[in-house]
Amino acid sequence: MGGELRFVQGNEACVEAALYAGLDFFAGYPITPSTEIAELMAERLPRKGGTFLQMEDEIASICAIIGASLTGRKVMTATSGPGFSLMQEGLGYAIMAEIPCVIVDVQRGGPSTGLPTKVSQGDVNQARWGVHGDHAIVALTASNHQDIFSITVDAFNFSETYRTPVILLFDEVMAHMRERLEVPEPGEIPLVERLKTSVKEGVDYHPYLQREDGRLPMSDFGGVHRYNVTGLFHDMWGFPSENPKVVHELLRHLVDKIDNHVDKLTRYREYFVEDAEMLLISYGSSARSALHMVTDRRQHGESVGLLELQTLWPFPSALVREKTRNARYVVVVEMNMGQVLQSVKAAVERPEQVFLANRVDGVLITPADIRDILRLIQGKGV
Amino acid sequence: MPARDYIRERFFPHIWCPGCGHGIVLNGLVRAIENIGLKKNDIVMVSGIGCSSRIAGYMDFHTLHTIHGRALAFAIGVKMSRPDLTLLVPMGDGDALSIGGNHFIHACRRNIDMTAIVMNNRVYGMTGGQYSPLSGYGTMATTAPYTNIDQEFDVVSMATAGGATFVARATAYHVQQLPDILEEAIRHKGFSVVEVMTPCPTYFGRKNKEGSAVDMMENLKTRTTPIGSKAKQENPSLIERGIFVKKELPEYCAEYQRIVERAMKGK
Repeated sequence: MGGELRFVQGNEACVEAALYAGLDFFAGYPITPSTEIAELMAERLPRKGGTFLQMEDEIASICAIIGASLTGRKVMTATSGPGFSLMQEGLGYAIMAEIPCVIVDVQRGGPSTGLPTKVSQGDVNQARWGVHGDHAIVALTASNHQDIFSITVDAFNFSETYRTPVILLFDEVMAHMRERLEVPEPGEIPLVERLKTSVKEGVDYHPYLQREDGRLPMSDFGGVHRYNVTGLFHDMWGFPSENPKVVHELLRHLVDKIDNHVDKLTRYREYFVEDAEMLLISYGSSARSALHMVTDRRQHGESVGLLELQTLWPFPSALVREKTRNARYVVVVEMNMGQVLQSVKAAVERPEQVFLANRVDGVLITPADIRDILRLIQGKGV
Repeated sequence: MPARDYIRERFFPHIWCPGCGHGIVLNGLVRAIENIGLKKNDIVMVSGIGCSSRIAGYMDFHTLHTIHGRALAFAIGVKMSRPDLTLLVPMGDGDALSIGGNHFIHACRRNIDMTAIVMNNRVYGMTGGQYSPLSGYGTMATTAPYTNIDQEFDVVSMATAGGATFVARATAYHVQQLPDILEEAIRHKGFSVVEVMTPCPTYFGRKNKEGSAVDMMENLKTRTTPIGSKAKQENPSLIERGIFVKKELPEYCAEYQRIVERAMKGK
């Protein structure tokens, strides 16, 4: 990398990455701890001819970006727990109508107004199942600003490739902490641009007819092809349908287009995993403490390792099963009551060997917290 | 272009009940667009959920059938991205002013160039006859079996207070006036609101003993009057129709373009 060196907040790294990825439309509503994203977008987007909108609420924000995406823009909104709750219906619409968009949820303590300025990782399962009805979703996270940058670019690339909303699940510590960021040179990270239809004007265009590879070439709203977009089950023209075959095939398509590409969607990091007797699994800011603890204990000769997940949904079950195979204990380190723990238990061969090391009091879990819990698990006492 | 070329004929006959006024609104819109001479590729119609929202599926434009109450929010995303397009946003009364009330007043305030059409039949039709914020005190509905104690909004006052720069009321009975008002609304540079009073004989009419579809049409004639008419002075309970507000204010997309120019200069 030969890019510009910066000292930034995580929220700022996310903004830089979104602009790098080609974002040109942002709509949002102020909410702690995500507000800096909106503030920076308000400053930066008009400078490149892009659009920033402060909407009347989070519902309007997600609806506005979906509308803009249809016209061919790369779009994003950013919020936190309460706003993310309000966005769920719009999110479901984007899933159903297959409209690319990126939604940042900077997690804070919940439920309800909760702990607006304190850290939490309590929205992991909301990201998965906040939307009603069967569906698949992509949700990504990261534990340092360089990775926030690359995972944000991934989010845009995935959303364009699979025509789906992608959720970036950051947390208050990642959002507000400052550290170095090397902004890559243009072209250093490949970008996925929207797949546009090659169907010419006057020829019948089917907005929801899949190519052989399952992808759906789009025609920009306002372009030469007029079609219908709806949140109802719809046929290949985009018109409502209750035909059981159409309904079944569309639902399968919406789920399969994500679930069949878990490998391509999985991002992770691993530290000392090979011979780890005690394997930690973590993500986001709690993975920083886990990594610190693991590095420290390795120096003391303990065989601990860390699997850091960056893709939380679709859950990389096969990866987790493979990486945990040789571990005696698996400890999920997270700041909630065990949301990723459930998925890990479902993925591993011996779920009774999976433990939770957590903190849910609005304070970042520390390496010492994790070490104390490990000692309890090992029967060594605190 | 003949009117039929603006519609997706293969989806007709439409799903609306016999006697419903929504088809008349569709007709009025087609006539207005025909008069202006807009190209189909330049029109985006965004609708929400309800009987009214199905109008989008019948029109041969870029059509976006969204979620309940949020049509204006989607439309703002489209318009800010493509200010050159003509945005038409038909909504029902519950859609626009109950679940979508917040978006409605804020769209009025921004003065973004689009036309909101509130198809006001004073009832939730698609779900089977519940009272809406436009039903009014003393009306009957499936969710007001003893009588409705909710006071109603006045769409015109609400839009005016919100800051819409074009506000009008028309009815499904006055079919000559309807396209004219819609045409003026669409031509207006700014946020325009047209309330169209339309009959729902199936639910509102039956529950409130308003008689047949023809009787309800008759009511639209006898209960309304042109703005400032002598009849209104003699009978204040008459509902006025016509253009209430038409003023010039900075339009949102144009204002945003100025922001872009300023930002690019680094000021």
